[in-house]
Amino acid sequence: MLFAAVATRSFRRYSTYVGATLAGIFTNSVFGAIMCFVYIEVWSANPDAGGYDVTDALTYVWLGQAMIMTVAVWGGGSPDDLAARIKTGDVVIDFYRPVGILGWYLAADLGRAAYHLLTRGLAPTLVGGLFFDLRYPADPLTWVLFAIAVPLAVVVSFALRMLAALTAFWLLDDVGPRTLLGFVALFFSGLTVPLVLLPGLLRDVALALPWATFLQVPADIWLGKTTGIEVLGAYAFILAWAVVLLAGCAFVLRRAERRVVVQGG
Amino acid sequence: MVDAAVAYYRIAGLWVRASMVYPVSFWMMAVGSFLMTGLDFVGIWILFGNVDDLGGFSLAEIGFLYGATGLGIAFADLFVGRVERIGQMIRFGRLDTMMTKPVPLIVQVCADEFALRRFARVFQATIIFIWAATYVDWTLPRSLVAVEMVISGSLIFFCLFVSLACIQFWTADSSEAANAFTYGGNTLTQFPMTVFPSEVVKALTFVVPIAFVNWYPALYILGREDPLGLPSALQFASPVAAAVMLALTALVWRTGVRHYRSTGS
Repeated sequence: MLFAAVATRSFRRYSTYVGATLAGIFTNSVFGAIMCFVYIEVWSANPDAGGYDVTDALTYVWLGQAMIMTVAVWGGGSPDDLAARIKTGDVVIDFYRPVGILGWYLAADLGRAAYHLLTRGLAPTLVGGLFFDLRYPADPLTWVLFAIAVPLAVVVSFALRMLAALTAFWLLDDVGPRTLLGFVALFFSGLTVPLVLLPGLLRDVALALPWATFLQVPADIWLGKTTGIEVLGAYAFILAWAVVLLAGCAFVLRRAERRVVVQGG
Repeated sequence: MVDAAVAYYRIAGLWVRASMVYPVSFWMMAVGSFLMTGLDFVGIWILFGNVDDLGGFSLAEIGFLYGATGLGIAFADLFVGRVERIGQMIRFGRLDTMMTKPVPLIVQVCADEFALRRFARVFQATIIFIWAATYVDWTLPRSLVAVEMVISGSLIFFCLFVSLACIQFWTADSSEAANAFTYGGNTLTQFPMTVFPSEVVKALTFVVPIAFVNWYPALYILGREDPLGLPSALQFASPVAAAVMLALTALVWRTGVRHYRSTGS
């Protein structure tokens, strides 16, 4: 119940910046359109590059634009708030709250993700659908399967961003780790190019890394590339990364707790 | 003009020294920014693993376009990129303080939190540009056009950054819409204009002159016919486009500053 309250308030917090949301939707739509024209050119030269057809590729572009903010590929969300609080020392208050830090911040991030999915996820996709021929799942079950994969992906992304934010306990400034994480995420999420286009071994490695859950795995469910029993495999993949990374966060947090020194009294 | 440059240099120097207080973060961010901006080209290179040419242009030719627009936005971003934050300066009341100081406002805004790590982008674009330039059949007029192209390109991006940031004098939280033109313009010009519908190319020539950043001069330098059959005079018109943009930007900036009424309290 408490976590639901945290999530709804986080949702409302983000929803106050209407201008920023509209500006972001516009920008996502422009970038989506640019990539569509490029991909139309690529897939007209090679009609089944990466096992996708041109409709799959264009749909992938817009799913990607939808996931940028939802999954927070670039970083951001509640771990950034925590990093700022570590820097200022306010994190001490988080430590003596009768609630776990991880759960609190995860709930806040899920609230943020829900807001971004409904605005910056949905709106550019609708714009893309107006201008380009996209693929929508015919089976209602596929929509449900996709809808389950997205929040799971947010959890994986949250855990990774959290690990970067927690480095602030040691470095005081988390911008460096955050930038590097953003870089890795930008490529290995499949936002730069669909992971299915990568050559041989790199493709296999990329598909096994946690960032594949951000976009490639949910997109393949949407596009009907992952069906039936394979979907369970996809879920297991996302969940495994979520558990491992959250456990990592919990471990680092415990170590960090011992480092905090409260000045004065 | 000289006074302004000296003031810029002094403020920038201050921020460079400040950023060196966290050397680990500085270097991680510089490396991160270098890698992050280079990722676009890795993406293009991966696309070329699936096709032989893109819009009738080879990888080296696209590298030339990429390097040219990359240098343009990198220089603009290095020197005036901070103007994007003007909304934040307004909200925090810092712009008011700046107005009382005997240094041109634009200099203070652009030099604020000057980030030397942005030089990483110049470095990255230079590498691709030099690599691509080895495939060009250089003559004296072509080298002159190349110099003019990089200067005009930087000025055009400079104008886009400043004039679009002026929107924030009116709506402080819509800064991201500017990204569609600045970073969007950069992404767009990484590809040959043949990829895009001709209406888009004409709009980028006559409405928002982003195509002058690299496309027209590059057609001349690469010895290519204009695929749209537009007059070849356009290939030498980048400085004209930059000059028009500068005049308009000065007008917009002055209107913005005159309109500015502070946030009150």
